[in-house]
Amino acid sequence: MRNFSAYSARRKSWRKFVNICMLTFSGIATGIVVAPLLWILGYVFSQGWPAINLQFFTELPTPVGVPGGGIANALVGSLMTVGLGLLIAAPIGILAGLYAAAHPESILGLIVRFGTDVISGVPSIVMGIFAYTIIVLPQKHFSAFSGGVVLAFIMLPIIVRTTEEMLKLVPATLREASVALGAAEWKTAFSVILPTAFNGVLTGLMLAIARAAGEAAPMLFTAFGNPFMNMDFNQPAATLPHMIFVYAISPYDDWHAKAWATALVLIVLVLVLNILARLFTWWRARNLGNVS
Amino acid sequence: MKLQARKKSSSQFVQNIGRIWQYGDSLYRLLLFAAILAVLILVLAIGYELWVNSALSRHAFGWKFLITSDWDPALRDTFGALPFILGTLITSAIAMIAAIPLGLGTAIFLAELAPNWLRQPVGFLVELLAAVPSVVFGLWGLFAYIPIFVKPTSTLLNRTLGFLPLFEGPVFGPSRLAAGLLLAIMIFPTITAVSRDVFRAIPNSQREAALALGATRWEMISQVLIPYGTSGLLGAIILGLGRALGETIAVTMVIGNNLDFSASLLHPGYTMASIIANEFTEATFDLYLHALIEIGLILFFITLMINLIARILIWRVSRRTKMEARA
Repeated sequence: MRNFSAYSARRKSWRKFVNICMLTFSGIATGIVVAPLLWILGYVFSQGWPAINLQFFTELPTPVGVPGGGIANALVGSLMTVGLGLLIAAPIGILAGLYAAAHPESILGLIVRFGTDVISGVPSIVMGIFAYTIIVLPQKHFSAFSGGVVLAFIMLPIIVRTTEEMLKLVPATLREASVALGAAEWKTAFSVILPTAFNGVLTGLMLAIARAAGEAAPMLFTAFGNPFMNMDFNQPAATLPHMIFVYAISPYDDWHAKAWATALVLIVLVLVLNILARLFTWWRARNLGNVS
Repeated sequence: MKLQARKKSSSQFVQNIGRIWQYGDSLYRLLLFAAILAVLILVLAIGYELWVNSALSRHAFGWKFLITSDWDPALRDTFGALPFILGTLITSAIAMIAAIPLGLGTAIFLAELAPNWLRQPVGFLVELLAAVPSVVFGLWGLFAYIPIFVKPTSTLLNRTLGFLPLFEGPVFGPSRLAAGLLLAIMIFPTITAVSRDVFRAIPNSQREAALALGATRWEMISQVLIPYGTSGLLGAIILGLGRALGETIAVTMVIGNNLDFSASLLHPGYTMASIIANEFTEATFDLYLHALIEIGLILFFITLMINLIARILIWRVSRRTKMEARA
């Protein structure tokens, strides 16, 4: 009996020791996971800020060694490609999300969910190859158009999944009330369900834009990059992430400084979109909480 | 149309509206169907295009493409993907070794331990890490993380464990180790966010039962929660793996892009994604292009399988939790 209690006391202190070690480890792990983000943000801000001025947004890139120069062409190119991508992906994504939310157990609903999972798992570089084979190869030239199409493929699963999740949160009573008043299916969808979930759908669009705006890999062989201002969808176009890549792997300090400044612009854009999306979701959750 | 309708009697007017609405519904269903079809066609078309456009390479090399390591565009006839497949596997393995304990640890902290006021902001920071564009990771990797972190670490590893082929010198900055650890940072958010949700989905009765039996908190986590959520946690890890395998730009920027046949992690290497990124626009003849597209096809196939497995595992957890909540 005495042996047993001695054993159990030792065992108990050992268990407590392990407990404290592992809990401390999980706290430290959290620190290690969060630290790179702070390091990246701090570094991008400190390196990028000095090169930011008004000319940086309004001028075209200059050759190495020539002072000044900006990213106007990349801003326009990113706007064109992301805009085109959104124009293609938003209607398809919202409609597919509407269906998946309305008929979650049906075969078509499963196909949508399964299909978007597959698409979101495809590496963006493979998406780039796909767009290259269907657009660039037949046309025999790189174009802003092909860049926009790749971005649409990348945005599509994000829009479908967030739309679906957000529409599921719309109380069934609202839909039932609309149907009971004799409204048709499309009328219910467009004047009851979508407006109720408007913030949620907008969140999905913003997350999709943020993701697409940062994609460099597929741009390598679709939009391709362009040192001049271009507003023609049939011509190659510069984009912000691609420009960062080109500047970063160049051997010139001058261009490295520009890469940091461009990265600062891109990261601020992406983070603001993400924070806004987050605020919308939070605001929505609070409002729905008040309703029910 | 409107004027005509106004002239007609009211009952006819109502009938007309009804017809428009019925028409609207079939149009609406048609649109929904078209959207679903677009999603489905996209999935099938990706596989089909990659398959068709790699035909030359598939016919020329067959399965040998996967196990030979000659990559010589200059000779115009020999292509083998082995170095790139190995490079992808090695960097992903490094990433998983680093990311699994840290990602799961963070998930446990966020789901089980953190006080409420800390939970939201830290969870938010982890989500922001997921939002940082890959090219920014690459830029930071090239100019901050390699000189400040990777080089000293590599030198230390080389000095202490240099007798192992894995840590053979000379020490370069850009290396497989640099790429692997950068991938780990990039997949933290995926693993953390999904496994945090898995932990949260576990019913509280499980925790209460474990604690009531006298378990410490760690025993509750390791002997009750982790076994309960195993398939979901595996799903989270595999989802992270899928992301690591396909990551392109950041890896291309820090791996050094070199056909190096040594086993050393401290040497520069290549991955499947980075060879495509580097050489795709330089592929001057069809066989070369098709060989690169075949690498894309392999990458597509692997990530497809991995994502399917992950989704099925995660889905099993949510179904089980739902069923038990009902019972």
